[in-house]
Amino acid sequence: MLRRIVAILVKEFLQLKRDRTARFRLIAPPIIQLIIFGYAATFEVFGVTAVVLDLDHSQESRELITRFTASRRFDVVRVAANPEAARQAIDRGEAALGLVVRAGFSQLLHKGQSATLQVLVDGTNSNSALIALGYVGQIAANYSQDYAAMASARRGAEAGSLPVQVVLEPRNWYNENLNSRWFFVPGVVASLTLFMVVNLTSFAIVREREVGTLEQIMVTPVRPTEFILGKTVPFFLMGFVEVALVSAVALLWFRVPFRGNPLVLMLGASLFLLSALGLGMLVSTLCRTQQQAFATNFFVLNPLFTLSGFAFPISSMPEPLQWLTLIDPLRYFLIVIRGTFLKGVGVAELWPQLVAMTAIGTALLAFSVLRLRKSLD
Amino acid sequence: MNANRIVAIARKEFLQVWRDPRSLAIALLMPLMQMFLLGYGASLDLKHIPLCVFDQEGSQHSQALLQRFRASHYFRVVQSVNSYVALGHAIDAGDCRLGVVVPYRFSRELSALGKSSVQAIADATDSNTATLAVAYAQAVVNAFASDVEVRWAGPGRALSSAQSLAVASRVWFNEDLETRNFIIPGLVAMIMALVGALLTSLTLSREWERGTMELLISTPVTGAELMAGKLLPYFTIGLADAAVCVLLAVYWFDVPFRGQLLTLFVTTLLFLMVVLGIGYAISAWIRSQVGASQVALLLTMLPTAMLSGFAFPIDQMPRLIQVITYAVYSRYYVSILKAVFLKGSDLAQMALPIACLLVYAAFIAAVASRLFRKSVD
Repeated sequence: MLRRIVAILVKEFLQLKRDRTARFRLIAPPIIQLIIFGYAATFEVFGVTAVVLDLDHSQESRELITRFTASRRFDVVRVAANPEAARQAIDRGEAALGLVVRAGFSQLLHKGQSATLQVLVDGTNSNSALIALGYVGQIAANYSQDYAAMASARRGAEAGSLPVQVVLEPRNWYNENLNSRWFFVPGVVASLTLFMVVNLTSFAIVREREVGTLEQIMVTPVRPTEFILGKTVPFFLMGFVEVALVSAVALLWFRVPFRGNPLVLMLGASLFLLSALGLGMLVSTLCRTQQQAFATNFFVLNPLFTLSGFAFPISSMPEPLQWLTLIDPLRYFLIVIRGTFLKGVGVAELWPQLVAMTAIGTALLAFSVLRLRKSLD
Repeated sequence: MNANRIVAIARKEFLQVWRDPRSLAIALLMPLMQMFLLGYGASLDLKHIPLCVFDQEGSQHSQALLQRFRASHYFRVVQSVNSYVALGHAIDAGDCRLGVVVPYRFSRELSALGKSSVQAIADATDSNTATLAVAYAQAVVNAFASDVEVRWAGPGRALSSAQSLAVASRVWFNEDLETRNFIIPGLVAMIMALVGALLTSLTLSREWERGTMELLISTPVTGAELMAGKLLPYFTIGLADAAVCVLLAVYWFDVPFRGQLLTLFVTTLLFLMVVLGIGYAISAWIRSQVGASQVALLLTMLPTAMLSGFAFPIDQMPRLIQVITYAVYSRYYVSILKAVFLKGSDLAQMALPIACLLVYAAFIAAVASRLFRKSVD
């Protein structure tokens, strides 16, 4: 049995070796992609372009606007002279945010009443808009507090007039500076691996079928299980090298911290590759031509990517979609890879994910062996 | 160019597509699936953030505060623990994203000083979620504080000026800040890029691999005719897909459509030309189907997902990556789609991105015809 598997292995490696562009295709693109996508994937919001309209021209309004100019979150690109100009700046996309201080702003504040800062937001990118509004709220709240403190100091503080205050002291674990790159880069590593391994594996058997060499293999004494093993082992090794390679780039280039145990990551990666190989094999046994396999890959890989929690939090999805995520191996590997990189957790915390990936991988592989046996008879 | 020969090639290609119903079905089902998955699943609006509470004090005040967290639809209290160790474990295992700790001295400080603090421990692995979660928690805590103040002040007494500055925001273009309205227009581009690549990137390599290219070469058909004939059927499929996407977006997902249909039609035609042209060029360049599929994945789907501004805002990327995005053709189409859907821009307002697409289409056609040579070696 071992000899027959080795024979298939040798054939696969020879085929790969003779494909001149393959070596380049398999090594360079993942690294380049990781670097580019690692920089591209971010939900951070800095330098929101803002247009300012100050109709009050008071010390208070200037003070308030200075707080926006000084913040790194905002980039005041224009000072408008009238409402029409502010409106146009947003319409033309020059600014995503408009800050309007109406006339009478400071008078209201002097009287101890509540004054309003009007904000216009381009909501096209709802996420950025939401976060930008959050920062506006923070700046306004700080201003309020400072103004109240100043006012009560001027009045000579009567104890009762101080506002009740509950401060929230946030502490950000695992990612103290809220660097979104640390979140996305491990995710890109996992997704790239999934895409490459599934695509390569799924072409493996279909190609033999399409070119007509599958019949030749069928007449040899090789059994379906041996055939599948011989076909998958090279891709398993390749996937493993890929995970190691891009992880190294994540560590050395992006300086994402690695706080866990490398062995746990390796275990997780092996189980994840098992699912990826199983999936590729299944596609391979279900399709007759490479065109079909390619189309099926797109059809399967996209949902896996969307449902994995790579960018969109699973807890925000509708319930039926949340159930669907349970059969997505990428979902589990993302937890493992982010867990080992950032949280430094081990098998004690990650065992549910490891078990789930084992189950998915075994089921997929078993099913594809059954399918292949049937189609070989 | 001979119309007869183009029609002959188109007929042959069409028959080939027709006889592979699975690939055709996938090409037509792809928009449906992607629309539903991302339309429902892609939400960055946080709801039901898993929360873990640790009430060290157990007083009326602390319970009232935690009750507010329970009542908020932003949070879902999944665990109530009584030690830091347990809290740490819950966050480590990923059971909750945020931990709120009410300290021993909470009500004592609150009644004595009118001021106290609460700790929020966030799992900042996902920095975006962490930022929003902390902001929502802050809002809950603020509401609690002003509630306490109202109760203490009693009816009739003037409130302190803690909230002297209010923010009134008005959102344009996407009034409810729905992630869906921001994702779906870009998704149309994503789907077209996918379908285009999966349909055309194997079309020539298939002929090479199966040995039918020699037959094609021996016919009088020229390179340009071959390209026109081969792409014609896929053009039709692409347009059908675009129609499905737009109908779903407008009638099912209620994404506002404020522009003109003509604008959308013209730009979609252009984009299809680019996408199909790229697939064809890949197919002419790489003669093995596995290779062509790998390259198509790398050049079409992944850049469209990451670099087009479809989900990740381009203006937040580092300068160098922003420069690279100019080479990603989907970037132009995504910006056009968002403008046509949400802002109602017309052809004249989008002259620049349209011109870029035109240049791109011409460039790709030139490259594709150079890459395809009518010779066997």
